[in-house]
Amino acid sequence: MGLFDKFKNGLFKTAQQLTSGLETVLKGGPAISRQALEALEETLVRADMGAPTARAIIHEVEESAKKDTTHKVHLANHLRKAILGKLESVQTPFALPKPGIILLVGVNGAGKTTTTGKLAARFAGEGRKVLLAAGDTFRAAAEEQLTEWAQRAKVEFIRGAHGAAPSAVVFDALQSGLAHGADCLLVDTAGRLHNRSNLMEELRKIVRVAEKAAPGVHQEKWLVLDANTGQNAMNQAREFNKEVGLTGLVLTKIDGTAKGGIVVALAGELGLPVRFLGVGEQMDDLVPFDPGLFVEALVPVEAEHSS
Amino acid sequence: MFENLTDRIQKVFKNLRGQGKITEANIEETLKEVRLALLEADVNVETTKLFLEKIKVKALGKEVALSLSPGQVMIKIVHEELIQLLTPKDKTANKLKFAPAPPTLILLAGLQGTGKTTTAAKLAAWLKKDGRKPGLVAADLVRPAAIEQLATLGKEIGVPVFRPENGEKALDVCTRAVKTALQNDCNILILDTAGRLQIDEEMMNEIAEIQKKLKPTNIMLVVDAMTGQNAVQVAQAFHARLPLTGLVLTKADGDARGGAIFSITSVTGVPIQFVGVSEKMDGLEAFYPDRMASRILGMGDMLTLIEKAEEVARQSEMTKKLSKPSDFNLDHMLEQIQQLTKMGSMEDIISMLPGDHAQKKQMMAQAPDAKRIKRMEAILLSMTKKERQFPQLLDGSRRRRISQGSGTRPDEVNTLLKQYDMMKKVMKKGGMMQKASNLMGGMGKGGFPPMGGGMPGGFPGGPGNFPGLPGR
Repeated sequence: MGLFDKFKNGLFKTAQQLTSGLETVLKGGPAISRQALEALEETLVRADMGAPTARAIIHEVEESAKKDTTHKVHLANHLRKAILGKLESVQTPFALPKPGIILLVGVNGAGKTTTTGKLAARFAGEGRKVLLAAGDTFRAAAEEQLTEWAQRAKVEFIRGAHGAAPSAVVFDALQSGLAHGADCLLVDTAGRLHNRSNLMEELRKIVRVAEKAAPGVHQEKWLVLDANTGQNAMNQAREFNKEVGLTGLVLTKIDGTAKGGIVVALAGELGLPVRFLGVGEQMDDLVPFDPGLFVEALVPVEAEHSS
Repeated sequence: MFENLTDRIQKVFKNLRGQGKITEANIEETLKEVRLALLEADVNVETTKLFLEKIKVKALGKEVALSLSPGQVMIKIVHEELIQLLTPKDKTANKLKFAPAPPTLILLAGLQGTGKTTTAAKLAAWLKKDGRKPGLVAADLVRPAAIEQLATLGKEIGVPVFRPENGEKALDVCTRAVKTALQNDCNILILDTAGRLQIDEEMMNEIAEIQKKLKPTNIMLVVDAMTGQNAVQVAQAFHARLPLTGLVLTKADGDARGGAIFSITSVTGVPIQFVGVSEKMDGLEAFYPDRMASRILGMGDMLTLIEKAEEVARQSEMTKKLSKPSDFNLDHMLEQIQQLTKMGSMEDIISMLPGDHAQKKQMMAQAPDAKRIKRMEAILLSMTKKERQFPQLLDGSRRRRISQGSGTRPDEVNTLLKQYDMMKKVMKKGGMMQKASNLMGGMGKGGFPPMGGGMPGGFPGGPGNFPGLPGR
């Protein structure tokens, strides 16, 4: 199964929900009823887009559909365009400079370590000299977990003593990595709830130290977000962004029935692009984010024909 | 920023003064606000609909008591209905069940990253504290180092861990653990399984097989408090394959409202049994419907806080002995400081208070931070018992010694003594420990803002140590 299929299969269930919502709307004929639009809004809420974003999108759909002079109004097209517009407006092209650092941050259990491991394999596959730094010195066996990923991906790996100051481990790892010619430095950090100010302070320190250890080296700071997350993702992204200045998102566990519709809201509010999607537990289960495919899977073409 | 339901509803009723009854007309707008509040809390769309219908029926035609506004009546109805739906019909449903013949089994299931391994260890610690003999079974063979993680946690809490050997599969290690539990001095086994997607047939078969073969008495679904709309679908799929007996809500120390767990329990009827807070091994609490209801509605977890304070009060003996305010000495101050730390970190405490994020941040900034409290404790502990009982003994040379002994600056010692003097003065005036405690809070940088008078409900003679908790 290709990766796109995997990702699309994952989105299948939401797609079904959206489709049935769309059908109700489309069956209403060319005149767009309030009720139908409300039903459509609800399906967006079901995909975790959040009520305010869903409302804004439906409003846009309504406006653009009104202006639509084609004989039969394709609401699905309007919906797709509205969502895509939100995502594309923030989706800048991505290429990690050489050398470049990616710092993975997020709440507990979002999938940071797994994502770090997959990213290592991906960049190594592109011929980059990758170094993994185990910045999670807190969770039991976090370093062992990353060690295993490093072995699977066949990349260099630096860890400190368990319980050591993560900033010190990161400092050493980056300095020695750069000295040894690594050009892709991936830093895993401990999971932290965004409302714990001491842990957020620790993260700020890691970022500061990383800048000191690798002055002038490009640093990406990605928030790893579980696709199952609901409206709290807004708080997460806001807080992490405020503390360390995020540059992107990785949406994990998108191979289930969770849709991660919240990234649409995040694009709107914080302008954060999604960089990768996690689609499974295998090393190559990571795909670059493509807004077009994402929306296509969310609002499938079949929806139009079914009416 | 999310508004809490109280604010939302008050806003609606601002324009509807003097109405003695809740009518169809004034209820519509309120229900809209309730709907938004529930959706923001990640309560599932369908559950929200059903809930609103119930509320409507209950509220229509309800007389509004003179002392209350229609808004307050609505809030009360919503809150009470939520509590009712969160409370299992069968009172014993939310307790762990024990098998007639040991070992009792607790099977943990859930999606990846919800906190099963941490919960397994916390449960073991909880059971051990309860005088039972738990064992942990590492049956997650998928995630790298999951076994090491459980082994490390087991060691930390002093609970044996059964690990897979020689190519054993998940079911094998569970079966062996059950067979050898008693000879390993374990009468309860907690089976930590791999995280799995509910649509992953192979993995769902694996856990269904464990359930079929070993018939665990307790089967718990571990649910992340941050879960969104997908929660019900996931829980239903697990429930279809495994007869769930309970839910554990994890990461409840975050600021997620946790509405997903409400949807799960109301759709499946599976009761919520435990709530996980913090990454520490004692961060597992019993579930209380009223607190969860307040949380979902964004009204803060005051009750947990009050309970914590009460627990500290029970433990505090010396404070009770202090009958005359003039007896207040540095020993009492030391005890107060130690009680304050027992209630948890300032962060823990503040996170349970109502108020939005910005307010909490401000509180956090003004609260005496843990480091500062620690330094105060160090200063007090560097004094002799006699010095603490008779602070007037503290002349310049003793102060110097104390500052050196505690590794603090001399002016910190002086500040502490000044604070002590102030506390004593206030106590003499007011004669209440309560007031002194408010001053304790004032030791922070800018002083803790008094937020409306003491601990809600009042703590007669209790610790009352927490600075200026908002009254309700």
